[in-house]
Amino acid sequence: MAVSLDQIFILLRDWFVGFLPAALRPAAGVLLGVIAIVCVFPGLFALTTVFERKGLGRIQNRIGPNRVGPFGLFQPIADGIKSLTKEDVVPLSANAAVHFLAPLVLVVAVFMGFAVLPMGRNMVLVDMDAGLLFFFAMGAATELSVFMAGWSSRNKYSLLGAMRAVAQMISYEIVLLLSAVSVVMISGSLSLPKIVDAQNQYSHGLPHWYIFTPWGLAGFLMYAIAATAETNRSPFDLPEGESELVAGYHTEYSGFKFALFFLGEYLAMFSISGLGTTLFLGGWSAPFSFLTWVPSWIWFFGKMMLSIFVFIWMRGTLPRLRQDQLMNFAWKFVLPFTLLNLVVTALWRFMGEGWARWVVCTVILAAAYILTGWLEMRRKHIGPRSYRYAE
Amino acid sequence: MNAVFYILAALTLAGGLATVLLKHLVHCALAVTVAFAGLALLFLQLDAQFAGFAQILVYIGAVAILIVFAILLTRGSELPKGGVFSSTWLVGLAIAAGVFAVLGWAVLQSVRAVPQQNAVPVVTVHDIGNALMGRYVLPLEIVALLLTAATIGAVIVAMHEKERQP
Repeated sequence: MAVSLDQIFILLRDWFVGFLPAALRPAAGVLLGVIAIVCVFPGLFALTTVFERKGLGRIQNRIGPNRVGPFGLFQPIADGIKSLTKEDVVPLSANAAVHFLAPLVLVVAVFMGFAVLPMGRNMVLVDMDAGLLFFFAMGAATELSVFMAGWSSRNKYSLLGAMRAVAQMISYEIVLLLSAVSVVMISGSLSLPKIVDAQNQYSHGLPHWYIFTPWGLAGFLMYAIAATAETNRSPFDLPEGESELVAGYHTEYSGFKFALFFLGEYLAMFSISGLGTTLFLGGWSAPFSFLTWVPSWIWFFGKMMLSIFVFIWMRGTLPRLRQDQLMNFAWKFVLPFTLLNLVVTALWRFMGEGWARWVVCTVILAAAYILTGWLEMRRKHIGPRSYRYAE
Repeated sequence: MNAVFYILAALTLAGGLATVLLKHLVHCALAVTVAFAGLALLFLQLDAQFAGFAQILVYIGAVAILIVFAILLTRGSELPKGGVFSSTWLVGLAIAAGVFAVLGWAVLQSVRAVPQQNAVPVVTVHDIGNALMGRYVLPLEIVALLLTAATIGAVIVAMHEKERQP
């Protein structure tokens, strides 16, 4: 019973596909998977918009949207109708072809990233040998669409926002890749289902997820920082800073094209959280060995939505970083730390089993963190807090 | 030589032609991105997964962005007064034909030299990693040295501009 609930989507697909002749079956199976992804993730996006607005509202001591349905749950439907019926304003001097293509490129590139995520046991759309590399390649293609959007609008603020966004995305892309490389080193494969299989083991009931190792914890934290910066989420959302740059690179987009940008941003958040759970949080594996009867896809989506909740929490809590602070942080702190994490991962691998490697790795990472923090803060003279009141 | 190859070849050629024929420089940069994408898809059609994805990651994700930044930060996006087509196009055509002839001859020679293989060799990422760390480690280290020199040079060029301001 537990096995069939776990594999229910695979069984459904096989049942549907069984009606077709044998030659068409693989293609039809992939097509059904694509349809499922295209339906499920935008649906989750709709849910997340309500989640975010209510969550931000509660953090800011107000109620979020509550007019449209019970607890505002039908708000995304109202938003969708609004964005479909709004006039599509394109500036006269804008580059019409590129202006039209930018949101399409974004959404297509982001949807491609979902093809390699293992959403449950046997539930990956395409099991590629170099799946992780494919995912990062699609992430790189989204940077181009950001630039296209900003440049084609013929608007100073859009261009400025686009340049900042691209600079930020390129800097943090390196951090993202390097923190994923340590996972590849330990699991020995670029294929995401194999990475999940490597973490799907239990000792004394506790799982072998990579986040429970010193290098995994450091890697996960840096991956999370880089993921927040890659998707332009607060506290790294200066490119779309609402009070500084109007709306950054999507200033000149209205109606459905803006909705596509919004969709693209949230789907990028989903796919990057999905990759983070696959790499560090064990993908679809259960947290304790006595919980493996719960279907695997529930664990995957649960962990992904937990990451989204943390994103929303960070947005409501932390102030925005300035562009130069953001770039300084990337190149002077996070990137060297990521390189050190690679060395520590190698040390972990070659020291063999036992408690010694835990102690050595933890001490190295903690010492580096404290030392770098002390070195950077030495130059800033931060005294006790002083308050000045208006007279 | 199947239908997919012809479609991808048409896409790559269209991108390449658009790069040299379009008037606006940023359009040309985006057209060259389409040509890079076509190349990446050709690699994928040949089952070279690593080469294809690395092509997307490096060329589209970094080189194309570099090109558009370079266009934007210089005054390249203004249309030149004398039109975009050079007056010495016949010489250019002759040189391009010459280079094409040499490359074509080299490719056809290599096809004759290697015996006809019916089975496509399966190259996994594992094999590429082994080759890079084993047989080709010296070129890898030299390329790393080159990249380090380029990075240091870029930092020095950028730093020098800041020092000039009083």
